[in-house]
Amino acid sequence: MADSAVTSEDGQDGEETRRDFLLISTVSVGAVGAALAAWPFIDLMNPSKDVLALASTELDLSGIEVGQAITAIWRGKPIFIRRRTASEVDAAKNVKLAELKDPQSDADRVQKPEWLVLIGICTHLGCIPVGNKSGQTKGEFGGWFCPCHGSHYDTSGRIRKGPAPRNFEIPPYKFLSDTTLFIG
Amino acid sequence: MATPTWNNPVIKWVDDRLPIFTFVQHSAIDYPTPKNLNYWWNFGSLAGVILVIMIATGIFLSFNYTAHVDMAFDSVERIMRDVNYGWMFRYIHMNGGTMFFLIIYIHIFRGMYYGSYKAPRELLWIIGVFIFLAMMATAFVGYVLPWGQMSFWGATVITNLFSVIPFVGNDIVTWLWGGFSVDNPTLNRFFSLHYLLPFIIFALVFLHLWALHTHKSNNPLGIEVKGDQDELPFHPYYTIKDLYGLGVFMIFFMGVTFFAPNFFGEPENYLPANPMVTPAAIVPEWYFLPYYAILRATPDNFVDAWGILPVIIDAKTSGVILMFASILLLCLLPWLDRSKVRSATFRPIYKQLYWIFLADCLVLGWIGANPPEGMMLLIGRIATFWYFFHLLILLPLVPYWEKTKELPESISAAVTANGEGSKETSS
Repeated sequence: MADSAVTSEDGQDGEETRRDFLLISTVSVGAVGAALAAWPFIDLMNPSKDVLALASTELDLSGIEVGQAITAIWRGKPIFIRRRTASEVDAAKNVKLAELKDPQSDADRVQKPEWLVLIGICTHLGCIPVGNKSGQTKGEFGGWFCPCHGSHYDTSGRIRKGPAPRNFEIPPYKFLSDTTLFIG
Repeated sequence: MATPTWNNPVIKWVDDRLPIFTFVQHSAIDYPTPKNLNYWWNFGSLAGVILVIMIATGIFLSFNYTAHVDMAFDSVERIMRDVNYGWMFRYIHMNGGTMFFLIIYIHIFRGMYYGSYKAPRELLWIIGVFIFLAMMATAFVGYVLPWGQMSFWGATVITNLFSVIPFVGNDIVTWLWGGFSVDNPTLNRFFSLHYLLPFIIFALVFLHLWALHTHKSNNPLGIEVKGDQDELPFHPYYTIKDLYGLGVFMIFFMGVTFFAPNFFGEPENYLPANPMVTPAAIVPEWYFLPYYAILRATPDNFVDAWGILPVIIDAKTSGVILMFASILLLCLLPWLDRSKVRSATFRPIYKQLYWIFLADCLVLGWIGANPPEGMMLLIGRIATFWYFFHLLILLPLVPYWEKTKELPESISAAVTANGEGSKETSS
């Protein structure tokens, strides 16, 4: 009421200011409300609690001989686990980093030199490379070969030849014991 | 109404090719609205808002719902427990149905009180009745989706209504089910229809608004707008009034959603559907109760108690006919009510009949929630009789002896002139 007393006579300007204030505050409150209401819509599409509960995998490695590999599933993706031979480990260690497309030393890619754990998805366009089963071609570098567009990976899962831009990704994992692997 | 000129070059470019900004300016901003609308006129825009809320939450619920008899119930429980904010979406959607019907009933009874259905707004009213019917269909198929006991048995009972159609009734029921009982094919098609129907409602709402904007809003006096002095632009006068009403409504809606989310629900529906066990009492959601009461009101052969007609109409058939008639009759309301005066304010007899009719509908709702026995059955029959007596007999005849009050000169005259004591005139 005090405001209207000030602007009562020909207070067109004052009236406009009051109206502007109301408009701006209404729109602001509405915008904040809309933003807050948007969050549940966004979050509903995120992984739900039951999906997150299945987001880790535990594996028993005791049956894998030296030179063998298995494919496990973690978060719907193939995980390559290869128990490398001494010569494969040496081959991986002896590569000069300068020769690599995505330079990374073998020591940075494993926790125990014998065990190589990778997400088995080609970094080119998402195919699953071959070379994990006995009898499959392992590519020119003794690791894996992606039949989709011809990418070759070495015994450390690094890209050596072909269109893929990066090495195989390493999932987060830890050894719970000598023969138990926890991924996730 | 002058065509607006646009300064922003992008808006101008678009508007030259598709005059959408001009359309919005005309129909939501400059739109001339009677200046005497009261808060009962908020419920149209509220219904629009709740429709959008229902569609938005429904689409997001469907991301996580599985329409299969073995998984539907569990998928709803997963929404409640595991999906982020799933509980909130389901409770908003569940109580949103209740709110939608509450708003629509108020909207309908507002139209009845102020005679909004009368010429030239008959079609506007009829489209509204069709929106109401589409809402009922949507709510019914939607209630089946959680696949609880009430879902299953409600679906069984309501689809069986169609068995009263002569000769082909049972075939039609089988056709509706896609099998020999309510089962997986039924659930699948109901889910599809529950997704489709809201968009049909949305399209009907556009027709409703198109018809509304052709002759503009009725008003509490029920008299025609005489000129600019009787009107206000929709924005800001009614945008702010609608927003205020929306705020009050949301407090109520969110209050129920967060503090009493199962108040309007039926606990039985938290039991998974079991085709071998019927619940002790099958009760529809509250918004269907009056129709449920009408469905169960009639006795066998009540049309022809003297046995003159060659066919016998049993209680089931007459109940179904009366139930559908009770809704479809509303389409004829503009012609059943023969008074030229719209607003009940100026119709002393109709005004009383209106309140009796409203009470009658509430009584029907109360009867619908109780088993049809003893006094309940008798009261249900009297209330059903009154429902049709009001629509078919009283509305056409009352204007012949009702003395209506004198109508104001205009909307502005009603508040500016000194009242000289209203003269009674005959209709």
